Amino acid sequence: MSMPLPMADSELPVNGEGGTHGHRTGETLLDVRNLRKFFPIKRGFLRKTIGHVRAVDDVSFTIKKSETLALVGESGCGKTTTSRCVLRAIDPTDGQILFKSTTGAVLDVAKLNRGQLRPLRRQMQMVFQDPFSSLNPRMTILDIVGEPMLVNGVKSRQERLDRVEELMKLVGLRPEFMRRFPHAFSGGQRQRIGIARALALNPSLIVADEPVSALDVSVQAQILNLLLDLQNELGLTYLFVAHDLSVVKHISDRVAVMYVGQMVELAERDVVFSRPKHPYTSALLSAVPKPDPRSRAQRQTLQGEVANPAAPPSGCYFHPRCAYAIDVCKTDSPVWEEKSPGHWARCHRSDELELTGIELG
Amino acid sequence: MATPVATPRTADLRSEVPLISVRNLKTYFFPDEGIIKAVDGASFDIPRGRTIGIVGESGCGKSVTARSILRIVERPGRIVEGELLFQPDPHGTPEAAVDLAKLEADGKRMRGIRGGAISLVFQEPMTSFSPVHTVGNQIVEQIRLHMRLNKKEARDRAVFLLRQVGIPRAEARVDEYAYQLSGGLRQRAMIAMALAADPMLLIADEPTTALDVTTQAQILDLLRELQQEKDMGIMLITHDLGVIAEMADVVVVMYLGRVVEEGLVDDIFYNPKHPYTQALLRSIPSVQAEPKVKLPTISGGIPHPYNRPTGCPFYPRCPDFMPGTCDRHEPELLQVGESQEAACFLYGGVPGTSGGAPVGVHG
Repeated sequence: MSMPLPMADSELPVNGEGGTHGHRTGETLLDVRNLRKFFPIKRGFLRKTIGHVRAVDDVSFTIKKSETLALVGESGCGKTTTSRCVLRAIDPTDGQILFKSTTGAVLDVAKLNRGQLRPLRRQMQMVFQDPFSSLNPRMTILDIVGEPMLVNGVKSRQERLDRVEELMKLVGLRPEFMRRFPHAFSGGQRQRIGIARALALNPSLIVADEPVSALDVSVQAQILNLLLDLQNELGLTYLFVAHDLSVVKHISDRVAVMYVGQMVELAERDVVFSRPKHPYTSALLSAVPKPDPRSRAQRQTLQGEVANPAAPPSGCYFHPRCAYAIDVCKTDSPVWEEKSPGHWARCHRSDELELTGIELG
Repeated sequence: MATPVATPRTADLRSEVPLISVRNLKTYFFPDEGIIKAVDGASFDIPRGRTIGIVGESGCGKSVTARSILRIVERPGRIVEGELLFQPDPHGTPEAAVDLAKLEADGKRMRGIRGGAISLVFQEPMTSFSPVHTVGNQIVEQIRLHMRLNKKEARDRAVFLLRQVGIPRAEARVDEYAYQLSGGLRQRAMIAMALAADPMLLIADEPTTALDVTTQAQILDLLRELQQEKDMGIMLITHDLGVIAEMADVVVVMYLGRVVEEGLVDDIFYNPKHPYTQALLRSIPSVQAEPKVKLPTISGGIPHPYNRPTGCPFYPRCPDFMPGTCDRHEPELLQVGESQEAACFLYGGVPGTSGGAPVGVHG
């Protein structure tokens, strides 16, 4: 399958170690090309495969060092599956996941075997959505945050103790509490513990899957601030999976929008929000309730429902709900192409449409 | 399509007898470990034919308030004090109102009101339908409990309701089970069931929290249309200030079981008086705001229900904390604007002083 590939400048010299503003000139940390993940649907006595759920269907993107790329979309659009494939928590069906290791080598995460993956695992870590189910209730914070170190060969207990203490201070928890169990902490504090655990091995890439959506608004702001601080301090790179567009707007540098397993738009944050090129992005932006009673109700409501990824519609997957669909949209799949520098979209009509976004203050 | 809703004038809201007047409601839970004061002296009025938004973070008592009104608070919880004055007749007098708190929770009268004049839409549409009965049968059951219709008529009404909430092929869907419907359709069916007996008040407890944004927009539009058509009151409980801004006419802000501020939606968003409301509004990221800057946060967390602070429940996190006052006395709701009330000593009401007039520290 020949597709225009996003720029992969992994051969460029290293510059801008750390600092969120270095990313524009920074090197590519992750380069995902034509990623696919199909889950078989099995039926009957012999568990015959009768079809596939196309959870991730030809997704390509890059993330530069110290950058935040947000993956947004509605439930079932494949954003979580994409993030799990990147970590090789699940095996992709097809495609390349090129990750620049700290040694400087560019490795294809999709092709490595278990043994080869191990040294890479410590460089990519995950922060989960639910801070209540992602911490083992029978382990103390010391054990939870220290476990990645133990697994990765830090045998000395004192060394682990010192590092856990350091990490707890880093995420804003009092180190005295490290011998307590998760139940003694509030939701926001537990999410801090989850972040400390992810940071234990000095990773370069953090995949955060809906890290604030289970939190109350006042606590959500604290965690978002922490994530931004850590990025500035440690030069972290985030793949931030979320459905809340105001959170995404706040934290990301670039935004990728997914619909039924495909990426439909990818661009710089302000470009996606103010000048979207895909009708789905525009509809999504319009559907977000704004916390301002004076800007009420000039909403274009999208009709119908998200397509079934096991039986997607013909042509463009979005055409049955799209207000701008024409005949070609029903028959031909649009290609993923760069419409203007750095602005990718998958739409037949993106050059002629005048889509509205959000007026940025 | 979205229909713009006129913001109510203060006069409309004040001149008529409220549908439900919640007065000093206290609902406590008595587990073995101690007492949880889930709702601790909440007072507000629910107007007719309007949307009242109840907003607050988890544990602020917003859902328990709704459950108290419907008298479905589960043991070990119960209403220990307060009145829930329900006046179905818009021309009736407040004196003739029925106090729901005094009725037998399982008595005939309350069962007639619950699901009849006042009905409820839950957050989780998956768990609120029985998995072993068809959606239609569950709606029919609700209809026949509250209206004198035979089976055939009730079924016709169920189909009518499903069509009214925008479910395609309602004649066929009526015989389907909840698992066969998508999240959005299930929430629509839930609303259809709540509409079974033409309620005067629809209590919607986080009705869109489990839904995607595009589906959420559809459901919010639907609620607005139904309200206009049926002149029905909606009590919308949510933590999402965006939904509140979009839907509510009047807003009640709750914190740790108490109402800290209430007023018209415009006043709450543009002229919040209580430090908690102000902090809450500042701490939400907005799509229109400057990205990647530090969000102002509220320091600390919500206290554990067993360690409620004395005095004002918000004082340990409050930037305007006045030692000796806020930690000793409980502030009462005071008039701080034409139709805005806040429970905060910044606006007077300090015991032992002559205060009472707003001092206008914030604005």
